Amino acid sequence: MREMKYDVAVIGAGPGGLAAAAAAKKQGAGKVLIIERDTAAGGILQQCIHAGFGLTYFNEELTGPEYAGRFAKRAEEAGAELMTDTMVLKLSEDGSVVCSNPQSGVIRVHAGAVVLAMGCRERTRFNLKIPGTRPAGIYTAGTAQRLINRQNEMVGKKIVILGSGDIGMIMARRMTLEGAQVEAVVEIMSYLAGLTRNKVQCLDDFGIPLLLEHTVTRIVGERRIEGVWIAAVDAHKKPLPETEHFIACDTLLLSVGLLPENELTRAAGIVMSPVTNGPEVNQYMQTSCPAVFACGNVVHVNDLADNVSTESELAGTAAAQYAAGTLPAAEGFAHCLPGRGVRYVCPQHIAVHAGSCPVRLYFRVLSPGGKTNLRAVCGQQILAERTVLRVSPGEMEHLDLDAAELGNQEIRVEAEEAER
Amino acid sequence: MYYSTDIVIIGAGAVGTAIARELSKYHVRVMVVDKRDDVGGDASKSNSSIICSGFDCPPDTLESQLCLSERAMIEQVVKELDVPFRVCGAIMPAVTQQQMDILPHIYEDAYANHVYDVEYVSPEQILKMEPEINPDVLGGLYIPRDAVIDPFLLVVAQAENAAENGVQFLLNTRVVGISVEHGQVQAVETTGGTIRTKYVINAAGLFCDEIAKMVDECDGFVVKPRKGQFFILDKNTPCKTSHIVYPIPTPETRGKLLLQTIHGNMLLGPTAEDLEDKEDHSVTAEELEGVERDCKKLVPNIRVQDTITQYCGLRPNRIPAGFHIGFGKKTQGYFGISGIRSTGISTSLAIAKYVVKQFQDAGVKLERSFTFQPRRTGIEKFSEASDPRRAELIAKNPLYGRVICRCETVTEAEIVEAIHRPVGARTVDAVKRRVRAGTGRCQGGFCGPKVIEILARELRIPASEIEKNLAGSYMLTGQIRGEGEQGNA
Amino acid sequence: MRQQEIICTVCPMGCHIRVTGSDDQIQSLEGYTCRRGEQYARSEFVCPMRTLTTTVRVENSTEPLLAVRTAGPIPKEKLFDCMGLIRTAVFHAPVALHQILISNLGGTGVDLISCAERKER
Repeated sequence: MREMKYDVAVIGAGPGGLAAAAAAKKQGAGKVLIIERDTAAGGILQQCIHAGFGLTYFNEELTGPEYAGRFAKRAEEAGAELMTDTMVLKLSEDGSVVCSNPQSGVIRVHAGAVVLAMGCRERTRFNLKIPGTRPAGIYTAGTAQRLINRQNEMVGKKIVILGSGDIGMIMARRMTLEGAQVEAVVEIMSYLAGLTRNKVQCLDDFGIPLLLEHTVTRIVGERRIEGVWIAAVDAHKKPLPETEHFIACDTLLLSVGLLPENELTRAAGIVMSPVTNGPEVNQYMQTSCPAVFACGNVVHVNDLADNVSTESELAGTAAAQYAAGTLPAAEGFAHCLPGRGVRYVCPQHIAVHAGSCPVRLYFRVLSPGGKTNLRAVCGQQILAERTVLRVSPGEMEHLDLDAAELGNQEIRVEAEEAER
Repeated sequence: MYYSTDIVIIGAGAVGTAIARELSKYHVRVMVVDKRDDVGGDASKSNSSIICSGFDCPPDTLESQLCLSERAMIEQVVKELDVPFRVCGAIMPAVTQQQMDILPHIYEDAYANHVYDVEYVSPEQILKMEPEINPDVLGGLYIPRDAVIDPFLLVVAQAENAAENGVQFLLNTRVVGISVEHGQVQAVETTGGTIRTKYVINAAGLFCDEIAKMVDECDGFVVKPRKGQFFILDKNTPCKTSHIVYPIPTPETRGKLLLQTIHGNMLLGPTAEDLEDKEDHSVTAEELEGVERDCKKLVPNIRVQDTITQYCGLRPNRIPAGFHIGFGKKTQGYFGISGIRSTGISTSLAIAKYVVKQFQDAGVKLERSFTFQPRRTGIEKFSEASDPRRAELIAKNPLYGRVICRCETVTEAEIVEAIHRPVGARTVDAVKRRVRAGTGRCQGGFCGPKVIEILARELRIPASEIEKNLAGSYMLTGQIRGEGEQGNA
Repeated sequence: MRQQEIICTVCPMGCHIRVTGSDDQIQSLEGYTCRRGEQYARSEFVCPMRTLTTTVRVENSTEPLLAVRTAGPIPKEKLFDCMGLIRTAVFHAPVALHQILISNLGGTGVDLISCAERKER
C-alpha cells in the first residue's frame, strides 16, 4: 500500500473542496491534496451548465462550469495537488484517509487535517415511498442532468417533474430546449421550492404548468413508465382521491430534495446532526473529531454555491491552522440552537476563546413569510439582529455576531414575522 | 433459429436453474428457456431470502420433505457455488395470550416435520438474544437453523455453473407452444425458434398453468399471483435484528417478518395479496403501511422512514394448493412442477434431486458425467476485501481501483466481470443483482449513468439500446448531439 | 394595446408588475418596488431577453460535450432557432475558455462562447 503525507487532505473537488484547498494553501499549508472520484475537478457544477452562479461571490453571473473553473484555477495556482479518479474508502479519526484508484492501487494518505467536501445526493422515489410499478424512465433530476449535459444522452420525450426545486425547474427548461415536452411540474407544498426567477425563466417562458399542492400518487408502466396519477393534497399533504387524474409520460424526473453524503463521516464515528444530516461543526467548520473539518453540502444543503465557497474557505483556513498547531484553543463552547421559526442553525457550536470571535450563523426558517425580524439571543441579550423583507425555507439566512466571552452558553436564533 | 436438445427446462427461476445444474451432472443435453431478460424469474428474485428448516410446513407433505432435505444439503452447495449464506436462526415471539396459545401447535408441527431443534424460549431469553423485540413479549419459539441467503445469487450461481457444465440458456425467449405427436413431446416452439426435444420440464412458476395447458396437462388447477410487498432499509438504520423475527402465522398467511439480509439491510414483509393479474408489480401505500404496522408489533423501534427501496414479488399460488411434481398423465415427455409457492428457495435444490430421481425411475437413461465441475467462484467483492487484498486486486486488474457504486463500494472490475460471465448481465438490473451496484441508498442515482456506459461499451451497443430489465424497458432515447455539420472552431 | 403581468426576477422578492402599453410604447407600470424592478419590467415588456446556456459536441476530447452560453442575452423568441443551429454544430478540441464558437449566433449579434476549456485527448 502506497503511503503519502500531506498537511491538509481535502475530499472532493467540487466548489467546496476547491475553495477549501486554495484557502488552506493561502493560509500557509505546505502540502495540500484534493482527492476526487471524478476524472476532472468541478464536482456537480460540471453538469450545472445554467447561469446563476457567482452573483454574491464574484458579483457577476456565471454558469456552473465557469464558476467551478475559477475555483479549480485558484486551487491549482495556489499549489494544491489534485488526484482524480480516486475514491476515498475510509476516514480515520487521526486524519488518515485510505483511498484507491486504478493507477496507484490502495493509498493511505496521512494528513495533519482533513476537509470533508463530498457534497450531497438526491432523494429518490423510494425515500418518498411513491406507490406503483418500478419501470425504466424514472430519474432524479441530477442524474438526468448528468446524462444530458455530460454523457450526451437524452432520457425521454414526454416528461413529468415532481418537485419544484431549482434543479427540477432548470431541467424542465433544459429538456424543452432539447425538444422534449414537459407536461407539468408537480409540487406538494403550497409554495415554490426553488427561486421565483427559475419559475419565470424555466417554466413560464415555455408555458410549462406548475401544479402546487399536488403530488404523484402512483407510477404506471411495467417496462418503461407510461404515466403517473397525480392528485391535489389536503392541508396534511394527503392526496384527495376525487382529484386524481392521469398524465401520460415516458419519463418522471424527481427534484425532491438533497441529502448530505456522509457515509465516511458516519463510519468515522463523527457526531452528526439529525436535522441537517451532516456533521455538527463549530465556527471553524471543525467536526467532533478535531482533525476533521467539513464544508459545503456535506454539512448542510446550501441553495447557493457562493455560500459553499465562503464556508469552505473558512474550513480550509482552519484546517491549515490546525495542521500547523495554530488554531486557537477553545476555552469553552457556546451552543447554537434553533429558536422560534427556525429549522436549524449551522454551526451548531462556537469554540469560544479570549479576544474577538466573529461568527456567521447560517440558518433556515421553517415557513415562508414577509417582513421578518431575525435575531440571535443569549438569555435576555440580543447578540445580532436584522430585518429582512421576506423569508423562505428554500433560502438560507445568516446573522453575524461576536461570540467573545460567551463560554458554555446557549445561543438561540429566532425568526419572527414583523407584520402580516 | 433451430435447436436440438434432450431436455428443455421452461423457466430460469430457482427451480429451473437448480434442475439445470443437477442435470448438468449427467450426459444429457439441456436447454433452459425464459421469457425474461435474466435468470431469477419473479418470486425467485423477490422474496424474503430465507432458507427455512421446514419447521412450519404442513406436516407429512412433499413440501415438508423437500425443505428438510434441502436444509441438509444447502451448506455444502453454497460452499461449492460461493453463495453468500448465513445461519442466523429465527425467533417467533408471541405478544398476546392468544398467540401464546398457538405456540404449542407450531411446536408440534415442527416436531412432525422432523425439525427437532425448535425450542421454547422465555421472554428474558428472547430479549437477551434480540433486544429490539417488543418488550411485552410473553414467550416464543427459537428456530436455530433458519438461515438467510442471497436468493438471486443462488440462482445466478446455479445458472453459471450449469452453463459451465454445458447447459444452454435462451433468455428473452418466450415459449409459444409445445409440439406433440402420437402423445409424445417433439419440440418446444419459442419466439427464438424451434427446439426439438424429447422432454420438457415445466418450471414456469407463476405461468406453469399456461404451459401445462399447451399439452393439456392442466387438469383442475390454476395458478394465481399472490403478491408480496417488501421494504428494504438503509444499512445505517439504528434498529436492526440479528435473527429472523417471524410473526405467529394465521391460517391464511405466514405473516410479515423482519430480518437482516445477507448484505446487512433490514427487510420487512411480505404482504400476501391474492390477485388475478400476473403482471401487476406495483407497490401500494395501504399495503406497505400494513407491513410497517405489523412489523412494529414485533420490533417497535424499527425505522421504516429509513427505507431505501420498496418492491414486490408474485408468488405462484396454485389452486388447489400443494407441491405437484411429476410426469404428465397424457403427454409422454412432459414433466410438470406446480404449487411451489412460498418455499421455492428453500426447496429448489431438493426438487432438482427429486426430479432427476423421477426421470431415472421412469427409465430415462441418465449417465453420470465425470467431467462435471461442481465449483463456481463468485465475483470477488472489493467492498469485503482487506486493504492488502484490495491492492493485489488492483495490481492484477486496474479496474478494481475504480469505484462505480459509491453506496455499496462496487468497482468497475466487478461490473465488467458480471457482464462477461456465462449467462452474463445484459441489463442494468442484471448488473445490480449480481454485484449490487445501485442497491444502496442512492438507488443508482450516481452509478446508474456509469453502469449504462459500461454495459454499452462492453456489449458494443449504443447506450440507447441498454434496458433496465425486460425488453422495452429502455433507459435512454438517443444522443442529443450527433455527428452533424462541422463548426467553425 | 396589451396588458401583461410580469413577475420581477431581479431579487427574490418577486414583485408582480402590471404593464400596459403597445409593442414599443409603455403607458403604465404598477407594482414595482425598486428602480431595477421598473427597468426589468420595461425591457421584459418590450423585448424579453435571455441568456442561452446549452452544450455543443466536441470531438477529440475526453468528454463528448462542452458547456456553452451566449456571451450576452438574446431575444427570447430566438431561443429555439439558436438551439437548432447549435444542435448540429461540431467542434474540435482544444477549445479555450470563453473561445467564440459561433459568432453572431443566428443573426442576434451575440456570440456563442465556451464555458470551459477542453484539452485535446
